[in-house]
Amino acid sequence: MTATLTPELKNGSAGRTLLPELDRLASRSTMPALLIEDVSKRFVVGRKRKPVTAISHVSMRLERGDIHGILGANGSGKSTLIRLISGLLTLDEGRLEVFGHDIERDEMAVKRLINRVSVDAAFFKKLSPMENLLFAARLYGLDGGKAKRDTLEILARLGISAKRVGRPIEQMSRGMQQKVSIARALLTSPALLLLDEPTTGLDPRSKLDVQSFIEELRSTHDATIVLTTHDLAEAERLCGRITILNDGRVVAEDTPEGLMTLTGKRLGRRATLEDVFMTYTGRSLDDDVDEDEAESED
Amino acid sequence: MTVVAHELKASYAFIERNFFLTRRYWGWELAFLVYSVAGALSISLIGADQGSPTLLLTLMVGAIFWNYLSVVFSWIAETISVERWEGTLEYTMMAPIRRSSQLLGSVLYAMVYGLVHTTVILIALILFFPQVDLSGADPVTAVAFMLLGSFSFVGIGMIAAILPLLYVERGAQMTFVLQSCLLLVSGVYYSVDILPGWMQVLSHLSPATYVLHGVRAGLIDGAPVSAVLGDVWPLIVMGAVLIPFGLWAFGRAERYAKRTGKLKRVG
Repeated sequence: MTATLTPELKNGSAGRTLLPELDRLASRSTMPALLIEDVSKRFVVGRKRKPVTAISHVSMRLERGDIHGILGANGSGKSTLIRLISGLLTLDEGRLEVFGHDIERDEMAVKRLINRVSVDAAFFKKLSPMENLLFAARLYGLDGGKAKRDTLEILARLGISAKRVGRPIEQMSRGMQQKVSIARALLTSPALLLLDEPTTGLDPRSKLDVQSFIEELRSTHDATIVLTTHDLAEAERLCGRITILNDGRVVAEDTPEGLMTLTGKRLGRRATLEDVFMTYTGRSLDDDVDEDEAESED
Repeated sequence: MTVVAHELKASYAFIERNFFLTRRYWGWELAFLVYSVAGALSISLIGADQGSPTLLLTLMVGAIFWNYLSVVFSWIAETISVERWEGTLEYTMMAPIRRSSQLLGSVLYAMVYGLVHTTVILIALILFFPQVDLSGADPVTAVAFMLLGSFSFVGIGMIAAILPLLYVERGAQMTFVLQSCLLLVSGVYYSVDILPGWMQVLSHLSPATYVLHGVRAGLIDGAPVSAVLGDVWPLIVMGAVLIPFGLWAFGRAERYAKRTGKLKRVG
């Protein structure tokens, strides 16, 4: 399989190339942005110390510039998979590489290439967006002055004005906090960006803003994106390919159109992505939303 | 950028962030400072009440230097628990930095913060007890023991910082218990000779015991460092052993947390 560079990226007209090393790496025809091979992860839970399989023999391959969606019901293993790619969990079995760097043997190189936006915008709540982002930037070796300038630029593109960046982040709405979270990830120019339900809980306007920004990233930024979401319209709009997880296993993988066509043949009618979700996970999206709400009430 | 420069920048990130946190939580910082000054004064007043200048100085030294050591210990020990509480632990653990750089930043800020905090208490006590005579004191001995003691406490603090990694719910409480036990066995306000035998054994394992003994010898008896070498070498040994051990143990604990999923935000 060849690395899929768009013509714009190949001739350099689609914005800045983030890491020159990646150009060299991508020139190797077989170098995927993310390679997951037969990965499994189990946790030991409860007093009886019974092992629970969270991820079971999952394999995926993402080429540079892809936006790859991961769908699945609650507890299907989406966030565990994101944490495995982030290096926040160790692998029990299998192999995981980011631009050719093995996550276990070359952990530091992988860390330099990735960043993540999670469903909860985790910040030091009393600190301002600028203080939080300056901290993050320094951890990735960025110069303080440049980090401040880039922070203002990225936040402005996300609709957050300069006068807001000095106030405690706890005074911001959840939508704005999530935008700051996205800015934190972009500040480090990640070659692989992991978006773990970035729009969950956002109002429609904020959700559209974030989705538009992800689209902008695809067209102007040289990043590969893994997106987990419960929003099927969002997945259809943004993702080139989608993997569906159920009970920690990959049960389907294709383009959104491919998945809908396949499911449509099964159902004997034109299928939506929700039909695909129900077919492969055995539950409706409403079941998932109800479960989310029940969990939050607990 | 060289690896060293990158790691120093990362260490500075923690210093700067902790400074930002101190500045943002200024109300709590002020409250904590008032509480510490009031506590030190209350304890020292016991000595004044007894009409014993030696007892007064003994208690003052205990109050001042225990404050410094416990502040240093707390900042380092809470390196993980603060991030767990704020929910930022996973992001910090994802960053391409060595754990030693993270701990170095926390340690340096803890020492500077501890010095500032303790200086305020020292000034308050001097103003409150102008009768205290330090003309025969050897301040070099006090400073030397404070520095030596810092390194030993850094090692213990690193080991304590592991607890919130291993025990998601109870780790922070465990570090508090450890700090309390150090206070009990280290002869902060009394001689360790009055402790039960088994506690006296424990007192030999606490660096605070040697720090306080050395500082009192310097400030009350005017002893030079050379006269209290028996308190110096245990501190050097403890620092030399506990800091590398703390770093090693922290790495092992991080690996364990990644294997068992304990870095994940809870609560």
